[in-house]
Amino acid sequence: MGLLSKKDTKLITDPLADNNPITIQVLGICSALAITAELEASIVMSISVLFVMGVGNVVISLMRNIIPSKIRIIAQLIVVATLVIIVDLVLKAFAYELSKTLSVFVGLIITNCIIMGRFEAFALGNGPWRSFLDGIGNALGYAVILIIVGFFRELLGSGTLLGIPVLGDPIEKTGLYSIGYENNGFMLLSPMALIVVGIIIWVQRSRNKALIED
Amino acid sequence: MGLKQNLHNFKEKNKDKKWLPGFNALFTFLYMPNETTHNGTHIKAADDLKRTMNTVIMALVPCLIFGMFNAGYQHYLALGEIESANGFLGASFWTIDNLMIGVWKVLPLVIVSYGVGLAVEFVFAIIKGHEVEEGYLVTGMLVPLIVPVDIPLWMLAVAVIFGVVIGKEVFGGTGMNILNPALTIRAFLFFAYPTWMSGDKVWVHGAVERDQAIAAGQNLDAISGETLLGAYAQNSSLAGIDYWDMFWGIIPGSVGETSKFLIIIGALFLIFTKIGSWRIMLSTIIGALVMGLIFNGVVDAGWIGDTSKFYGLMSVPFWQHLIIGSILFGAVYMATDPVTASQTNKGKWIYGFLIGFISIMIRVFNPAYPEGVFLAILLMNVFAPTIDHYVVQGNVKRRMKRLKVKAA
Repeated sequence: MGLLSKKDTKLITDPLADNNPITIQVLGICSALAITAELEASIVMSISVLFVMGVGNVVISLMRNIIPSKIRIIAQLIVVATLVIIVDLVLKAFAYELSKTLSVFVGLIITNCIIMGRFEAFALGNGPWRSFLDGIGNALGYAVILIIVGFFRELLGSGTLLGIPVLGDPIEKTGLYSIGYENNGFMLLSPMALIVVGIIIWVQRSRNKALIED
Repeated sequence: MGLKQNLHNFKEKNKDKKWLPGFNALFTFLYMPNETTHNGTHIKAADDLKRTMNTVIMALVPCLIFGMFNAGYQHYLALGEIESANGFLGASFWTIDNLMIGVWKVLPLVIVSYGVGLAVEFVFAIIKGHEVEEGYLVTGMLVPLIVPVDIPLWMLAVAVIFGVVIGKEVFGGTGMNILNPALTIRAFLFFAYPTWMSGDKVWVHGAVERDQAIAAGQNLDAISGETLLGAYAQNSSLAGIDYWDMFWGIIPGSVGETSKFLIIIGALFLIFTKIGSWRIMLSTIIGALVMGLIFNGVVDAGWIGDTSKFYGLMSVPFWQHLIIGSILFGAVYMATDPVTASQTNKGKWIYGFLIGFISIMIRVFNPAYPEGVFLAILLMNVFAPTIDHYVVQGNVKRRMKRLKVKAA
């Protein structure tokens, strides 16, 4: 990558795997559990968080020298709230059905620990370009997990992907359903999302022993 | 040279092989190994984990055999092909026909449960390089006894994999698990495939098939496959079932949990051999009776009218809660699991009491879960370490006080 120095590339690739915000830092779990029953919702949520984090990190980074440290949390909240309201309005205008599925969880991006965490830990101490890359990287790390979880939950729970039936029709008994297969209702419940995230964490740590902490 | 020596030599020869834990598991199933502990303190006792497990299985076998006969009996009774048995030794109960249905429907459940569960155990033992643990022996026997007879085998297999891996292996295997694996398997089935685990069809073999045939346009009478609890929950009358039938167990239900008589025999056997804790069994029953009495009191005081949807189960005389549903089976075989139960004696009383108490509460208040025993036990499994902690701390505090008084 000619565009990015080696150090900058690491800002994007690190959070994808070895420093993943969900599986390693265990942040942002609530939304990962709540909205991953459908793949489409997870993808839209990921894009929303990508936008909020990318822009938010740049804004905070630009303002980092003028924000008094005593009120920095409030300043961060205002920035992130503004961005989330933009996302919310856009979704309501162009994807109303979906915004109803996501319901309160778009608003709750404000309290997503990953965002506040990156503002605090990175954007307040780095320039706008590096902050932007860091925001994008972490949001992508979040997105990867959301999409994996959403993929398995929708496939096994409803037998569809992005709303398209891929395993056959459960009522007409075609495809897999004709030999007695049935959807796993447990997959649609939040506890199963926690278990799927847990399995991802398990697989990741058994592949890379350095990640195991005592 | 006997077989034991041959096997031992074989083991010595293949010491470094990866599959050795698999061989050891089968070897120690047949014989005590020749090695003894070399150093450190150790307790000399005739019963190791495997003997303990075997004892529980022996206590379960009567329930399984009874369950096989009952599966066939309920099937033919629902079809109207045989007379009601009228008691435990009824002529139409212990017949070859009934047994054949049992062999055809129940044995596959046992085989799948053991086959899949032990396969998972062997795979984990070989990957992790430790000995195969015996924990699954009892779980594998319990699982077929707590599912409806018509459950599809692949669902059972999926649930067993889930239960053994998520319920046990992720915590470090036998002895480390927080939740009872057999109940984890049942909970998975219940939430994943509710149409096969609850409702008024699945408890009698053939009822689901008959339903599908009717839906396909055949002119047949529907068979009811409802449990007594389900009937109570819908406030329907229970004509034709007498309490002795419930006690002997010739009623629809999960495969092995219906016969209260055989469960009590099993319980006495477990208490006599000191494998099961009588404290937990007794306190669970007390808890259930207390909750039942409270509900009876509510009905007697007139706080709830007979139009309420809870009226049916609330007005059940408190002692009858013990003979409908699976509270006894849960108390004797599930709650007493030494790994997931409380360890302290005082803790066992609290733990058991709350299981009974919460079971009946769920049973009455949540019509979606006509049987709350498995949920109550899983819930208390989670709280068992907390209970123990406070019991131990209480003890420490009391003794500290005594020490201070002495010193002063």
